[in-house]
Amino acid sequence: MNIFTALARLLIFPGVLFAVPAAWFFLWVERKAVAMMQGRIGPPFMQPFYDFIKLLGKGMPPRTGIAGTIMRAWPLIAVASAVGAVGLLPVLPASGGFEGDLILLLALLEVPSICIIAAGFSSRSLFGEIGSAREAVLSVSYNLVFLLAIISVAAAQHTFRLEALAQLPASPLRWLGVIAILVCLPAKLHLNPFSLPNAEQEIYSGPITEYAGPELAMWELSHGLEWVAATGLVATLAAPHVTLWWLGAIAFIAISFGIVLLLSVVAASTARLAIDTTVRFYWQCTLIFAVLAISSALLLRFKA
Amino acid sequence: MCYCRRRSPWLFHMNSGSCNGCDIEIIASLSPRYDAEQLGVRLEGSPRHADIIVITGPVTRNAVGAIKTVYDQVLGPKAVVAIGSCPATTNVFIDSRTLDGPLQKHIPVDIFVPGCPPRPDAIVQGVAKAAEILAEKGRIGGSVDGAIKPQAIIEVQP
Repeated sequence: MNIFTALARLLIFPGVLFAVPAAWFFLWVERKAVAMMQGRIGPPFMQPFYDFIKLLGKGMPPRTGIAGTIMRAWPLIAVASAVGAVGLLPVLPASGGFEGDLILLLALLEVPSICIIAAGFSSRSLFGEIGSAREAVLSVSYNLVFLLAIISVAAAQHTFRLEALAQLPASPLRWLGVIAILVCLPAKLHLNPFSLPNAEQEIYSGPITEYAGPELAMWELSHGLEWVAATGLVATLAAPHVTLWWLGAIAFIAISFGIVLLLSVVAASTARLAIDTTVRFYWQCTLIFAVLAISSALLLRFKA
Repeated sequence: MCYCRRRSPWLFHMNSGSCNGCDIEIIASLSPRYDAEQLGVRLEGSPRHADIIVITGPVTRNAVGAIKTVYDQVLGPKAVVAIGSCPATTNVFIDSRTLDGPLQKHIPVDIFVPGCPPRPDAIVQGVAKAAEILAEKGRIGGSVDGAIKPQAIIEVQP
């Protein structure tokens, strides 16, 4: 992969040019699915785009000093890393990759949530601090399962290269890993059973309570891009390998869309759990499957 | 930009000593029957995120400071919708010594939606009109308080 293909992946497909409209589309699908589950008509198709443009046109509160500068920087860092994570997804098989890009993808996926934690604390709002503390606890609880599941997938196939993972035939172990990742996605995307950090009607908007205007627009965008990256990761692992590249791309988009629909339906049909219940869910119920997946992956590896 | 402002009004709901009647009607206007989300309306928790402040209640003395703070926290362009007869005239509480109303004494109001309580249709129509005013204010720019005359939603268009 030379610099031009890398730039093309970052800026065109599956990078900015594809990912930003896809992020708006996924945000719309989420809101529309929730509305339809509640028997409403829901927002128009262009709604997330209208929201984004409107927020860009709003005023910004004055922020002074280093604390203010840092506060302004968090949403930009979150957007940049989410775009990088989307750009790493191997949708086009010929575009290549490098050894260990799965690890980089995981790191980039983690950056937006770290930014949210830091943003809540640096905003010094009471609600922001509560939201950040919750996000930190949530991140500790789901990340163990999430990382174990991904390591089990990678260990079963002897590689940390995303493209190689996408091309190898799927084993039953990989499906176990994919299911464990799917269980973690609602917590990663702050969806309803695990929407503790931005719990509305409880702590207002959590960590982003103090953000306004263009900064808030960047948070919305980074949230949408997280949707694209996280569902794209699952789609990469779950998609069947086909020789035609355009068929592969269509399968990638279709599977991402299916996951968004599934997560929205789950979000609409569940209520928010308390923080201790959430941690217990991930550490007691889900961890067993992740440990099972990784231990069997390692055992199979020694056998082979 | 004006079109986007008109299509995406985010509300901040504030109670200044209301009897909860109007507040229930605001929630009703977001419910499946009236579904204000079709207009892009979203009820926000933080005044920093909102474009339109929706105020109910006859403005008690304790609420005055809070109303002014919240009005300053919302970033421009912004609009204010007074829901019910209480913020417009203080209604039946008119001679109470615990009140410091009506609302227009403290902040500029753009839309009055009278009624005790008003119907959800009227609230949705008021918010839609406030969104138009919002777009107009955004187009004019700068300090525009008082540039647009306050309006009242008297009859509901079906």
